[in-house]
Amino acid sequence: MRYMMIVKSTPETENGAMPSPEELKAMGDYNEELVKSGVLLAGEGLHPSSEGFRTEIATGGGRSVVDGPFTEAKELIAGFWLLQVRSREEALEWAKRCPEPVEVRRVFEAEDFEMSEEEAEREAKLREQVREAGGIA
Amino acid sequence: MTVSETHRAIEAVWRIEAARLIAGLARLVQDVGQAEELAQDALLIALEKWPETGVPPNPGAWLMSTAKHRAIDQLRRKERLARKQQEIGRDLEQRQHPEIEVDTGPDFGDDLLRLVFTACHPVLSTEARVALALRVLCGLTTKEIARAFLVPEPTIAQRIVRAKKTLARKQIPFEAPSGDELAARLPAVLEVVYLIFNEGYTATSGADWLRTELCDDALRLGRILAGLVPGEPEVHGLVALLEIQASRTAARTGPNGEPVLLLEQDRTRWDQLLIRRGLAALQRAEEIDAPPGPYRLQAAIAACHARARTAAETDWARIARIYEQLSEVTPSPVVELNRAVAVSMAFGPEHGLNLVDQLVAEGSLRDYHLLPSVRGDLLVKLDRPAEARAEFERAAELTANTRERELLLERAESCG
Repeated sequence: MRYMMIVKSTPETENGAMPSPEELKAMGDYNEELVKSGVLLAGEGLHPSSEGFRTEIATGGGRSVVDGPFTEAKELIAGFWLLQVRSREEALEWAKRCPEPVEVRRVFEAEDFEMSEEEAEREAKLREQVREAGGIA
Repeated sequence: MTVSETHRAIEAVWRIEAARLIAGLARLVQDVGQAEELAQDALLIALEKWPETGVPPNPGAWLMSTAKHRAIDQLRRKERLARKQQEIGRDLEQRQHPEIEVDTGPDFGDDLLRLVFTACHPVLSTEARVALALRVLCGLTTKEIARAFLVPEPTIAQRIVRAKKTLARKQIPFEAPSGDELAARLPAVLEVVYLIFNEGYTATSGADWLRTELCDDALRLGRILAGLVPGEPEVHGLVALLEIQASRTAARTGPNGEPVLLLEQDRTRWDQLLIRRGLAALQRAEEIDAPPGPYRLQAAIAACHARARTAAETDWARIARIYEQLSEVTPSPVVELNRAVAVSMAFGPEHGLNLVDQLVAEGSLRDYHLLPSVRGDLLVKLDRPAEARAEFERAAELTANTRERELLLERAESCG
């Protein structure tokens, strides 16, 4: 199962302040630990929201664009890790080792979605159409 | 925290820490079996104490120091019996203490590498290596391993006990090979990772969740190994192969759990993140100047499929070329059969049939159902339905899988 570990913005990250050497080191060590344990699938830090934008659905269905910065700093994402772990407890254990406080959320997997009968039928039909060469599974 | 919550937390800590714990202890006692037992003892103590005291802030270090104290006690006791007692005990303590304290230090990678190579030593049977690796490197319990491999628990327990005894009896030192020897011993390690992955991957029934978890365990092991020996192209090749194969998991079974062949899979359900990781690992493998090995070549074939947006866009000519390389590196009739399929897709069924007929004449795949199945496919394409029908019927006879047999009989029927 996959969990996303999210670091929230602070006024400092929103101001674009870079982390101190100590903070960088702690984070570097932690990242190395994640990589060496084979659990890290991806992870990135995000630029301040002042460089970002949002789209909104305009009346009539089009999109309007709102430029950052956005105000609710505590609710903004400053960075994330994507972890592949065996259990919620393992995600928790990794989260506790992170130098920064994090929010952890489980990622949806394909099997979490139930296929409708219609979808299943559509897929079965597609498969029928392309049933060709055997041998390679 | 309730007792069961604490137990689950301990289990998670164990899964993360088992390998480093055992690796560090094995350096101290120079015996993987004994190290594993010491680590298990520490785990038992944790299971007793933590529900009352709570999980300590640094559970890994707690387990390490508990196990280490027991190790030193045992060593002392042994030394006393040998009447050499205190001075050696003191000496040992002084010598080993400071190193062991540092359980996440720079030594840790070396210890882990030693553990990998000792647990996967070629002196052990493949089965024993697989069981021991899952136990000491992935922290799986005997019960979990038994469930994953669908064998009785005592069988696995025995396999592990015997493996540890063999290592001790043959006096296999706790060390990782270096230089040329590392490259020579690496295939034994990679084979273990590959077998673990396949055990999970081929279990398409999905009745037992643990089997698919084996894929994750193998991938994790592969990624760890790639970090430990970054200069070995075959490690990156294997990781690439596993990442790409794992990327197809969601598309490999249909709504009723039936297997879906590669060319029929809904490619929108392939995991693009894993594909990217796989392609990146393949690139790392290819950047290392060395003749391509079997895993790198298999990964290159998997990458051809991963890069094709639709089955029709598959670069079959390239795949056929890589299969040719593969059959030079690891000649096998199964590789030849796959090459025949690729050749037929690239250059036409008559070319594929030529290769298949050579395999039929050669005879080693006599009882392999995919040989007549592929031959039947090619004959259908060449518009020779009567012969194709006979091939599908023969294939149906040979397969042990009910679902597959039904499919083959349907195909025979459709030949008229």
